[in-house]
Amino acid sequence: MSKTAHTRKGEASFSSDGPRREQEANDALPCDSVLASLSSLGASEHDRRTFLKLAGVPCLTACVGSCMAGWPSLALGAGSAPAEDSRFIVEAQFYEKLPYKKIRCKLCPRECVIDDRERGYCGVRENRGGSYYTLVHSRVCAAHIDPIEKKPLFHFFPGSLAFSVATAGCNVNCKFCQNWDISQSRPEQVRNAYLPPKDLANLAQQNRCPAIAYTYSEPIVFYEYMRDAAEAGHALGIKSVVVSGGFIQQDPLKKLCRDVDAIKVDLKAFSEKYYKEVVNGELKPVLEALVTMRKLGMWTELVYLVVPTLNDSDAEFRALAQWVKSNLGAEVPLHFSRFYPQYLLKNLPPTPLETLERAKAIADAEGLHYVYLGNTPGNAAENTYCPKCRRIVIERIGFAVKEMHLRKGKCEYCQQPIAGVWQ
Amino acid sequence: MRQRLEPNRREFLKKCAAGAMLAGGTHGLPAFFSAREKTRVVNAHDPLLRGAGSSLDSGRLLKMLDRSVQALYATDSPLEAWKKVARPGEVVGLKVNGLAGRGISTSVLLVEVVCARLQDAGIPQKDIVIWDRLNADLESAGFRNATRQDHMRCFGNDTLGYEEDLATYGSVGSCLAKTLTQVCDAVINLPVLKDHGIAGVTMALKNLFGAIHNPNKYHLNVGDPYVADVNMLPPIRQKVRLHICDATTAQYEGGPSYMPQWTWRYNGLLMSRDPVALDYTGWQILEQERAEKGMKSLRALGRAPDYIATAADPNHRLGTNDPSQIEQVEV
Ligand code: SF4
Repeated sequence: MSKTAHTRKGEASFSSDGPRREQEANDALPCDSVLASLSSLGASEHDRRTFLKLAGVPCLTACVGSCMAGWPSLALGAGSAPAEDSRFIVEAQFYEKLPYKKIRCKLCPRECVIDDRERGYCGVRENRGGSYYTLVHSRVCAAHIDPIEKKPLFHFFPGSLAFSVATAGCNVNCKFCQNWDISQSRPEQVRNAYLPPKDLANLAQQNRCPAIAYTYSEPIVFYEYMRDAAEAGHALGIKSVVVSGGFIQQDPLKKLCRDVDAIKVDLKAFSEKYYKEVVNGELKPVLEALVTMRKLGMWTELVYLVVPTLNDSDAEFRALAQWVKSNLGAEVPLHFSRFYPQYLLKNLPPTPLETLERAKAIADAEGLHYVYLGNTPGNAAENTYCPKCRRIVIERIGFAVKEMHLRKGKCEYCQQPIAGVWQ
Repeated sequence: MRQRLEPNRREFLKKCAAGAMLAGGTHGLPAFFSAREKTRVVNAHDPLLRGAGSSLDSGRLLKMLDRSVQALYATDSPLEAWKKVARPGEVVGLKVNGLAGRGISTSVLLVEVVCARLQDAGIPQKDIVIWDRLNADLESAGFRNATRQDHMRCFGNDTLGYEEDLATYGSVGSCLAKTLTQVCDAVINLPVLKDHGIAGVTMALKNLFGAIHNPNKYHLNVGDPYVADVNMLPPIRQKVRLHICDATTAQYEGGPSYMPQWTWRYNGLLMSRDPVALDYTGWQILEQERAEKGMKSLRALGRAPDYIATAADPNHRLGTNDPSQIEQVEV
């Protein structure tokens, strides 16, 4: 019995037809993702593989332009830098030294214990002689300008753009990952550009993006860079938003919450079994992190990717909605998002629309105010409705905001406050 | 159901000693070994491997290698045995383990004598490739990187990179090193006999983590079932022909890093075509050394390498961990 199968890097990216656009709603990279880099930066870093890949793309800029469906990206810069580049290597902020030059990482709940010259589960942090280092500070492998709705953040400066960046690495390994070719790689296995915090903030400003988004892979693993970039952004009046699985320890989370302005959390299921078998993580610390975010006043939205047969029961939807309402509040937006088969979960069908509608009906009935459906373009559940008068206060088509009926954060029709960060 | 066999260690090691006496009498290969359908693990020893000093004697190492390969393949000469490992025209990769630097990596001298014998068997230098994960690891283990096509080559996966196709089996999804998929026709796996703080032990099966792009993802649950699943990926399963575990120096605690206080001179080699049987045998040797030093067993510490049993189960069938099916030959 053979269980072998193949997925090609690039299949995880999307062609210009079919479900690509829908999948982007989960903040997947556009199809040029691994190729995208930064024109104005002198130093970029290629490994041989990506260099060859690049050589096979005759006109990168054209590819970037066509694949982004109108959203700008940045053309590739020339030049190369060695894989071992001290500019990217910064001492980690959360770890503990152990005997015999071992360390224990205290950034995420996994608490990897790591020998000298070894890396943690995320693949982007390395023990060097008993001290622990991030290898991805300012080492950006994807940069795009996206609508903030693509994160998705629906209640945070709607209709604005987010200068979106990622580095390699992730602290979990979801079987459905859309961006596995960067999230499950080490930094030296993807093409990178050097983008220090101030340059990132400047680029966001030059491109009229009111926010920087840390996204696509898992920003927790590039924590130090994210915090430094958020500080540089704030100095220029630019906000920072985080798109994360929320698998982080309390201390680093509390510090992070001082530096950023919104966090969207992918709550991947409401069962430990799923987290263990499909995500390679744990649910409990994620729930604890969410409670902390709310306590600290962080604007938070949730996405729940509905995977057929694995996390789509009525009981799970109900338990999730009840927990959100009683622990985070009814005004926290919850996006039920459609799954498409990829990476290690190619044997399941896309989520039927009826399942998503059932999930929304249950969450609505439990009293959540803002329940959305994602990856379902044109669906009425992409709009924001006033919880009091039920009229549309933000009308959306895909990622575009068509109409807004908000005045100073209130429904223009009935004056009901609409939760969110609007100005 | 998974086979979990943990025989009485003492009995198992006693059997090894009996095998040693038998083999020692003839200094060749006892005839009955070839008549049985057991998997064979050669456990080679030479107490004088280092003479009076600390460095290995290349002549004695070569002789030990010859005895081992001849015993494993049941041939009349070492050359005959090497000819069964690879044929002229094939590119042979030697997958070494250089992670821990010179202290506890595959020894350069062992690789040299293997290369010498491959050349005797008709494999030209240009068709021999020494490889590991990283160029830096190779260098720190004492190898010199070389990529000229007309010479013996030596480089890390970072030279050619990884396939873009994701190969999957069971719990793993990985991109394989191009050195394995595109350069090598056959692979000789040259791990080291040592402890591993997360995976329990690291020998033949675990050394093939060096062929994938994301080994950091597969140390959970003491590597079970990930180590077994990685070894099921077709290019690994199909190309690896022989496992020679460097046990000249072994380490029973504190691995995979080099911890000199926990190493000892085993002055030997383990050789098999069955990575499961080799790992099982090596594990027992490490446990015996731990017991002699008054240390707890890996099971008691919660890091028994159960991936070895998984590799033997009906879903994997990569070899056997049943001591009654393992033929121990000491030479
Ligand atoms: S951040 Fe990385 S190294 Fe640290 S505990 Fe998490 S997975 Fe391990």
